[in-house]
Amino acid sequence: MVEAAFLTAAIEHGVGTLNLSAHFQLDKPWTVLFGPSGAGKSTILRILAGLTVPSKGSVTLNHRVLLQTNAGICISPGKRGIGFVTQQPALFPHMSVRRNIAFGLQDLDRTGRGQRVDEMLKLFRIEELSERMPVRLSGGERQRVALARALAPEPSLLLLDEPFSGLDAVLKESILAELTAWLKIRSLPALYVSHDIAEAYQTGAEVIVVENGRTEAQGPVQEILASRREHLLRQLGATTLPTPAPAPDESQTSPPPRR
Amino acid sequence: MDTQAIWLTLKLASITTVCLLCIAIPLAAWLVFSRMRWKVAVEAISTLPLLLPPTVLGFYLLVLLGPLTALGRSIIHVVGHPLAFSFSGLVLGSMIYSLPFAVQPVTIGFSNIAPELLDAARLLGANRLRMLFTILLPLAGRSIFTAAVLCFAHTVGEFGVVLMIGGDIPGATRTLSIAIYDQVQDFRYAEANHTAFFLLAISLLALIAVYGSRKQVHHG
Repeated sequence: MVEAAFLTAAIEHGVGTLNLSAHFQLDKPWTVLFGPSGAGKSTILRILAGLTVPSKGSVTLNHRVLLQTNAGICISPGKRGIGFVTQQPALFPHMSVRRNIAFGLQDLDRTGRGQRVDEMLKLFRIEELSERMPVRLSGGERQRVALARALAPEPSLLLLDEPFSGLDAVLKESILAELTAWLKIRSLPALYVSHDIAEAYQTGAEVIVVENGRTEAQGPVQEILASRREHLLRQLGATTLPTPAPAPDESQTSPPPRR
Repeated sequence: MDTQAIWLTLKLASITTVCLLCIAIPLAAWLVFSRMRWKVAVEAISTLPLLLPPTVLGFYLLVLLGPLTALGRSIIHVVGHPLAFSFSGLVLGSMIYSLPFAVQPVTIGFSNIAPELLDAARLLGANRLRMLFTILLPLAGRSIFTAAVLCFAHTVGEFGVVLMIGGDIPGATRTLSIAIYDQVQDFRYAEANHTAFFLLAISLLALIAVYGSRKQVHHG
């Protein structure tokens, strides 16, 4: 079954020596944007979020035009309905955990805001940290707060730019499991950036390969990354490939890779 | 000691500091976050009083605010009197003279805020005003405090601009720095000594306040 794309992006952008040319659609609940460091993955995410305006391009989310450079349309980041979590969680250092999470909830009244914050604190198991300042949080706690803050306004798409790369494997797995379960319940799709081929196997249902600023291929992780098998084995130092984990709400009847 | 001059000086320094911060904060935000090329020219102009001899600045202001220029005539028409040799003129002159002392620390404070924090605020729907009050001002608080202290102390100690634009009118434009000049001219060295000590103490306290707040940052 071919699902309807909820996001379409066509981006042309020059940044430093990199000429970005990204064309893709998202139709799966969990997509991994995969490629080496410096390939342009983070820039793609920043453009989708509205933090960087490309030289040329268009972005549509749920039939809503967020960017159309030739028509002069560029919706501001706060009005796109997109949550964004990066590797270094940018928590406001002068605000408590509770105030950080409540920052994006200005449209709600005081009661609604309090309830939503409580819900997020409970979801990410950080209730006891609610009055703590960011400087007194561990790496994992900071990342949980960043996720809670990004999800609190109930965005239509979650962008994750290697948010767990600084965490140990156990913690990463634990947060990822909680997150994917919640995303599934809320039917909230996510675009996850990774340059780690093993991580792409372990988490990815759909993979978009980005190399030298170009989106080279898109499809199920097993098929798209099969050509990199030898490289993967060398990277893992193992004799067998890891078994891909089931993605949130992902069927195994994905279409063949598109090139 | 000339108590009238003390109160006039403190009043001038307080009003100048408050007015300058109201101008310096938005100006510094614009200098840090604007991408316009000609902002370099604005930055240079705002820093010019730092290098310009105070008498030169005072002379230009005296001419500009006098009845010979269109601006001066307009001000006389609106206010009813020329700004030169009045307290209002002193405030204006002090604001221009101390502008770099307000703009520079605030600019540094805003520049030190991580861009990721501003990105996060934008993603969470903050407009420019909300960003200013919830992110920029709290995180640049110590820089703004430094700017306020430096402006106050600099205004208390200014001499050239005050003398050129304000003259030496007791109760209206005679500040402490002018008073000490008069005292020395009249050989009243004991009075001059007290006035000098008062000015020295204010300058020293201002620097202790600035460095004290920086120490708190390092140990915080």
